[in-house]
Amino acid sequence: MEESPKETKVIKGIPASEGISIGKVFLIEEEEVAIISKKISKEQVKKEIARYNTALSEVKKEMESTREKMLNILGKQHTPLCDAYLGMLDDPLLNKDVIRRITEDNINAEYAIWTTLEKVIKSFDNIDDEYFRERKNDIQELGRRIINHLLGKQRRKITDAEKDSIIIAHNLNPTDTISLKEHKVGGFAINIGGRTSHIALIAEGLGIPAIVGLKNITSEVNNGDLVILDGNQGIIIINPDKQTLENYTRELEIQLREKEELEKLRNLPAETLDGYRVGLQCNIDTKEELSSVITSGAEGIGLFRTEFLYLNRQHLPSEDEQYEIYRDILQKTLPYSVTIRTLDLGGDKLAQFGLEEDMVFEESNPFLGLRAIRLCLKYPEKLFKPQLRAILRASVAGKVRIIFPMISSAEEFRQAKEIFEEVKTELRKENQPYDDTIEIGAMIEIPSAALTSDIIARDADFLSIGTNDLIQYTLAVDRLNENIAFMYEPLHLSILRLLKHIIDSAHKEGKPVAMCGEMAADMEFTKLLLGMGLNEFSVPVHMIPKIKKVIRTTTLKEAKELVREVLGAESRESMIKAFRKSKVV
Amino acid sequence: MIEADLEVKNKDGLHIRAAALFVQIASKYKSNVTVIKDGNTANGRSILELLTLFAEQGSVLHIIVDGEDEKQLLDEIKELIEGNFEEG
Repeated sequence: MEESPKETKVIKGIPASEGISIGKVFLIEEEEVAIISKKISKEQVKKEIARYNTALSEVKKEMESTREKMLNILGKQHTPLCDAYLGMLDDPLLNKDVIRRITEDNINAEYAIWTTLEKVIKSFDNIDDEYFRERKNDIQELGRRIINHLLGKQRRKITDAEKDSIIIAHNLNPTDTISLKEHKVGGFAINIGGRTSHIALIAEGLGIPAIVGLKNITSEVNNGDLVILDGNQGIIIINPDKQTLENYTRELEIQLREKEELEKLRNLPAETLDGYRVGLQCNIDTKEELSSVITSGAEGIGLFRTEFLYLNRQHLPSEDEQYEIYRDILQKTLPYSVTIRTLDLGGDKLAQFGLEEDMVFEESNPFLGLRAIRLCLKYPEKLFKPQLRAILRASVAGKVRIIFPMISSAEEFRQAKEIFEEVKTELRKENQPYDDTIEIGAMIEIPSAALTSDIIARDADFLSIGTNDLIQYTLAVDRLNENIAFMYEPLHLSILRLLKHIIDSAHKEGKPVAMCGEMAADMEFTKLLLGMGLNEFSVPVHMIPKIKKVIRTTTLKEAKELVREVLGAESRESMIKAFRKSKVV
Repeated sequence: MIEADLEVKNKDGLHIRAAALFVQIASKYKSNVTVIKDGNTANGRSILELLTLFAEQGSVLHIIVDGEDEKQLLDEIKELIEGNFEEG
C-alpha cells in the first residue's frame, strides 16, 4: 500500500490559555501498565514493604522539590496542590491499607496500591459534581507515580522535549507543569481537564497557549507530528495543509510582534506623542492579583474593590482583618498609590450578617435600592466606620486614596466625609497614627451626581467615573436583560455629554478625574477619553499594555479634535462615522 | 468527646486542597477526629477518606473530636470551615 500524505485533523477542546503555537508533538504516553497480582511468600513481606516505602519516599522527594520550584517560580498560590499530593502520600488510609494488604494478603506492592486506590476512585464515579469528578485524576496520578517508581518506569520528561514542542499528554502532573516554565515549550494539549482544573489556571499564569478536555488527543497524534495549537478557539490542528499553516504562521508572527511591542512599553510612561501624560492603573479584587499588577507596568491600583472581603462568610470582616489586608496591599504597591473603594454591595448580600433583625432586605428593585454608600450611611457603626478605621490605620504603610461608591448628591458625599472625619477624631484620641493627607473621591455613576458634579467636585479631592452603572442608569437599560442588551450603548450622545460635563466640572475646580469602568479599558474609547481630558485610566491588568499603546500613538491635539467632531456631529450617523474614523484597532 | 455540626460554605466544598488543610490541622493534635456525612465516616487525618465524603457546598459535616486537646482542635476546625478553607 502506498503511503498517503498525512491526514489533516481538527480536534476541539476547551480553551484554557490563549495564544497560538505551532510545533512538533512531544507525546507523553501513559503506558497502560497492567498491574498483575503476584503472590509473595511470607519471607518476602518485609522486603515488599521496604520496596513500597522506598518508592513512596522517592515520590515524596520528587514532590518536595517540585513544590520548592513552584513556590519560587509560580508563587505561593500554586503550592496547595503539591501540599495536597504530599498529604496524600502520608495518608493513613493509603499507608495502612497498602501495608495491611501486603502483609495479610501476601500480594505485591503494586497490586496492593492499585486495589487500595481503586476503592477510592470507584466511589468518585457516582458523583455528579464536576469538580469532585476531576479530583479522581489527581488520585490516579498519584497512584501511577508510586507504581511507576516500583516498576522502575520513568515517565517521559518534558525537559527532554525540543524547544517550542507542543506537549500532548493524558494529564500533566505538577512536576510536568513546573518543567513547562523552566523549559521553553510552545504549549500543551491534554485529554482531561475542565475549566475548573488547576492546570488551566497555571497555563494562563505561564502565558502559554493550552487546550484541555480533548478527550483522547493522545491517540490522535504521533510523536513528531506537526500541529497548530490555537488556544484562542480551543482547537488543535494535526498535520495542517499548506494554506492553513501559512495563515497561522502569519497570525503567529503578528502575535509575537504584538507581544514584543507591548513588552517594550512596560517601563514607558502613559504619555501621548505630544507629551500629555495620564495615570494608568489597575482594577483588582484580591491581594493575590498584586504580583501581576507589579509586573504589568501599571502605576498603582486605581480601584481596589473591597466586596470580596464580605462575601461567602458568616461574620462581617473585623477591622483588624481588613487592616491587615489593606496594609499588605499598600506596602506592596509602593511607590504607587492604591485607591480603595468602600463597600459597594446590595443589602441582600449582607442580610446573612444579621445587621438588623427586622430589616426587610427583599427589594423589588435592588439596583435602585439600599446599597453601597446608602447602606454604609445607614449602618455607620457596624459597616462604615470599621472599614474607614482599617483604611486609615493602614494608611501609614503606603499611599492610599478612598472613593465612595454610588454617590447621588453633594449632600450625601458630605455626609460620608463627615463620618470619615469622625473616625479620624476617634483615631487621634486613641493615638493611632494615620496619614492626614488622604484624598477622598466620589464615584460618579448616577446621572444625578454626574449632572451636579460641579458641586460634588468642590468637596471631593478627585472624581472617579464608573461607566457601567452610569450607562445603565442613564439609559435605563439592564445589560443583563437580553431583550434590551443591544440598547446598552456607551456611544450614546447622552453618555458622552455626561462624561464631558463631569470632566469639565471637575477641572474647573482643579480636581482630576479617573475612570474605572469598562469604557476605560475599551481601546475604542481611549482616544475620545483622552480628548475629553480624562486624567487617569484604571483597567484590568491585561489591558494595561494595550491601552498604553493607544495613548502613546496618539496626540492630545488629535484627540481633542475627535471630541469636537463627535460631540458636534449633526446626526447619530455622522457621530458614529467620526468616531469610527479614529478607530485604532 | 465533643461534637459539632458545621456547614461547608465554600464554592468547591471539601475538595482536595481543603481536605489537605483539614488533615494538616488534625495532625497537629493528639485527639482523634471523625467526620461523618450522610452516614459515611472518614478519618480526619486522611485526605482520601475525607474526599470520599463528597461534601459539596452546602453540606453539613458532623464532626466528632475525642482526646485531651479536643477543644482546641475543634476550635481550629471550626475556624477553618467557617473561614471557607482560606479561600476568602
